[in-house]
Amino acid sequence: MNIDGRLNKPFQDVFSDATQEQRGRKIKERAVQPSAISQRQKPDKLVASWDELFERLDIQDGATISFHHHLRNGDKIVNEVVARLASRGIMGLTLAPSALFSVHDALLPYIKDGVIAKIEGSMNGAIGAACSHGEIAQTCILRSHGGRQRAIREGDLPIDVAFIAAPCADSFGNANGLYGSSACGPLSYAKPDSEYAKKVVILTDNLVPYPCSSWSIRGGNVDYVLNVESIGDSSRIVSGTTQLTKSPTQLVIARLAARFIEAAGLMKDGFSFQAGAGGISLAATVFLAERMRNAGIKASFAHGGATKILVDLLEEGLLDSIIDLQSFDLDAVRSCAKNEKHIESDPFSSYGPHANGCVANMLDIALLGATEIDLNFNVNVVTHSDGILLHGIGGHSDASSGAGCTIITAPSFRKRIPIIKEEVTTITCPGELIDVLITERGIAINSRRDDLLWSAKKADLPCVDISQLMHDVYQITGVPEKPHFTDHPVALVEWRDGSLIDTIWQIEE
Amino acid sequence: MSIRDQFEAGFVSKSDCLVKYEAKAEPLSIEVHSSVQSLFGNAIRTCAMQMLEEFKVTTGALLVDDDGALDLVIRARIEAVLRSAGYLSQKRLFVNASSEISRQTGVPTIESEKNASLDGGIERPGRSLVKQQVRLYMPGDQPHFAINADFYGADILIFDLEDSVPLARKFEARILVRRFLENSFLFRKSERAVRINPLSTEESVHDIAEIVPAMPDIILLPKCESAMDVERLDTLLTANEEEYGLVPGSIRIMPIIESAKGVLAAYEIARASQRNSALCFGYEDFSRDIQSKPDIVKVAHVQDDGSQKVNIPSNPVSSIDSLLARQIIILASRAADIEPLDSSYSDIGNTEGLLNSCYEARALGFTGKSVIHPTQIPYVKKAFLPSDEEVQQAKAVIAAYEESLKAGKGAVAIDGQMIDIPVVEKARRIIEESMHAE
Repeated sequence: MNIDGRLNKPFQDVFSDATQEQRGRKIKERAVQPSAISQRQKPDKLVASWDELFERLDIQDGATISFHHHLRNGDKIVNEVVARLASRGIMGLTLAPSALFSVHDALLPYIKDGVIAKIEGSMNGAIGAACSHGEIAQTCILRSHGGRQRAIREGDLPIDVAFIAAPCADSFGNANGLYGSSACGPLSYAKPDSEYAKKVVILTDNLVPYPCSSWSIRGGNVDYVLNVESIGDSSRIVSGTTQLTKSPTQLVIARLAARFIEAAGLMKDGFSFQAGAGGISLAATVFLAERMRNAGIKASFAHGGATKILVDLLEEGLLDSIIDLQSFDLDAVRSCAKNEKHIESDPFSSYGPHANGCVANMLDIALLGATEIDLNFNVNVVTHSDGILLHGIGGHSDASSGAGCTIITAPSFRKRIPIIKEEVTTITCPGELIDVLITERGIAINSRRDDLLWSAKKADLPCVDISQLMHDVYQITGVPEKPHFTDHPVALVEWRDGSLIDTIWQIEE
Repeated sequence: MSIRDQFEAGFVSKSDCLVKYEAKAEPLSIEVHSSVQSLFGNAIRTCAMQMLEEFKVTTGALLVDDDGALDLVIRARIEAVLRSAGYLSQKRLFVNASSEISRQTGVPTIESEKNASLDGGIERPGRSLVKQQVRLYMPGDQPHFAINADFYGADILIFDLEDSVPLARKFEARILVRRFLENSFLFRKSERAVRINPLSTEESVHDIAEIVPAMPDIILLPKCESAMDVERLDTLLTANEEEYGLVPGSIRIMPIIESAKGVLAAYEIARASQRNSALCFGYEDFSRDIQSKPDIVKVAHVQDDGSQKVNIPSNPVSSIDSLLARQIIILASRAADIEPLDSSYSDIGNTEGLLNSCYEARALGFTGKSVIHPTQIPYVKKAFLPSDEEVQQAKAVIAAYEESLKAGKGAVAIDGQMIDIPVVEKARRIIEESMHAE
């Protein structure tokens, strides 16, 4: 399969490695360039201005530039760098961010003008929609966090320049996200970029004297450091609200999820879990904690994004540690800086598909969301039922692949749109990795997991057959029409190993 | 809502739609805007055309501005504008005729099959055999509250047509409520109730005429002040039940007592109809009626010298001004062998206050409480749940009683307390309730 001159390996199955032959291959090494640092000279990587930086970088048309998303909706760097490159007349860039947010809708004019020709990374909201409408010149690529790390490490995603926004850095390039007015917690997602990009730039608004303590990004990997006025507004990293959801349906689902986890025997001393930052996941964590308190049970660790809710559990002692890839609120940022049990991770350690085991493998429970799920439990997290690309994969496929029990929580329909379909619009995670679906209308358990079904029934939980559930919901909502696509692929969905698991097609206008 | 020949119903909000109909001589036109256009655009258009056909509309302009409303909601909104414009449903006339046939021949029609829950209602006496512990109020003109309400854990869902619906919206609200009641598959766990407008208003008669054919389980009668109010409602219900071919007496009544007059007539009200299954207390209106100022206690204590000199509990007795009224309602209900149900707790965010208010209600003798937001439901259930101690004690009582039966003895004592039949019955009830937790 050849798309845009790229040879794609078809998906085989979740644990066999379609790119097996690469495993024996040497890991991509940084293009070895003579170090600019002579041996008896104290390196000074500081550049005076954006202009000096770009002159030294000498970025050409068609270059690949990368960014992290730890500042989430408060990020200023992606927009600034693209605007400055555009004003220098650069065209045809490939953007390789770990994710984009609605603040990056400002990039839309550059997509239209051809400054940005391709995106290899999560696309949210308006940019995802633009991709679906065929507005991005080349075919984009969606990867999970683990898949992105693998692609960078193994040379599938060669990065020319990594621009790393750092809330705290020294002139040598050591950097972390823990301190300063733009503190955002870990800098996890920038780590592979810093190790494998041809050039690495640290952009900071908090330049501290050498040595910066601690260093999430190692200065030895960094070429330039630029002091800027502001890298972003860290108050806007908060996604949604840290208050418990008021949605009665979300609360019903969250309570049921916590009940299920206890009834299935998953809530035992020393267990571990990953829960997202969505309303249902946060509430489920709160209800699970209540049950842990009542039963006198403690968990060993929680993994993934960190929130105030997890920090409170850590401080209460219900949780031994947090393995944090990104902070979702400022309480998590503070905890990451001060609590040694709040561990900053990186995508290789957390999700690395070709690592010798990762944190996801150590998980007992992954509690995740979905935009759609089908009768075979295949999950879609990127497109909506109308075919429009609206979300990134995040760590969804990585956590599902590793965890002992993967639970999808979702309302059975949103507004009038059912989430259970005969077939999902886009497959991002195969059904064999999904064990349980929990909706307000009951719990559907994958027939591969009779053990879970048995425990749930024994505990008198409302178990439903997934196809019965789909029909019940259709009775309420009606059967939706299918979206119409053209035969033009706008984005490829990679499985963790780099094989092609699905394609997103341009929507028919 | 209408301005001469412009009619509208509904809202552009989640799970709802705004429908406008302009009466004019030009041939019919339909315009549909929807946030789910690509998935349901055709379905919405088809639904609109069916409605227009049902109402024999051939001219004018219909606009549907939708944000993911279910079919039943879209139909309710269209029905509201068309009826405001003076059109009548051809189907409703047919429904009346068909239930007439069904009654005469005993052959079930589609309509009577849809209302199969009737079978459960035939033998149902006024005194409720089902749990009436948690009643959830939902504004009758806002569909998104009702769609998933069956899963919130309430025993009774109350579609409100009274205080939460402004006068101008009452017409479309009762149509929406009727359509929700007709789609009974949405409500398999909870009973369905409607709070109609007070009998002193014209609205109440329209409420009953619209709602009864859709067979709610319960009608709540607000501002009930005398036995006569209940008798009047009973008569109206019977007349409507007969007109629509339903079994008379199948709909229960819950009078809401929320005035001084009502409290003083509580016992007569409780005994006024076989349909009565509970007396409900309505605090807010009651407090206004007797002109009580319960908050003044707290304020006065603090204001005296700037500090709290009297030791006031952090959550003072909320029923200080209604204690007697509550007790009278409990006595009247118990004497009439129906259930006393407490008013709601209005501070939605304050779960501690809610729990206290529930414990207080339970201590007084109420068997349940109403809630105004679904997030309150688990707390009410928790407060009304028998404690572990109570359950242990109840189990011990039953064990001792069964032991004494085996031994052929009559009454026995446990910890010095005589165990007789009522004690055993109470113990059984406690165990039953604890088993239904969650």
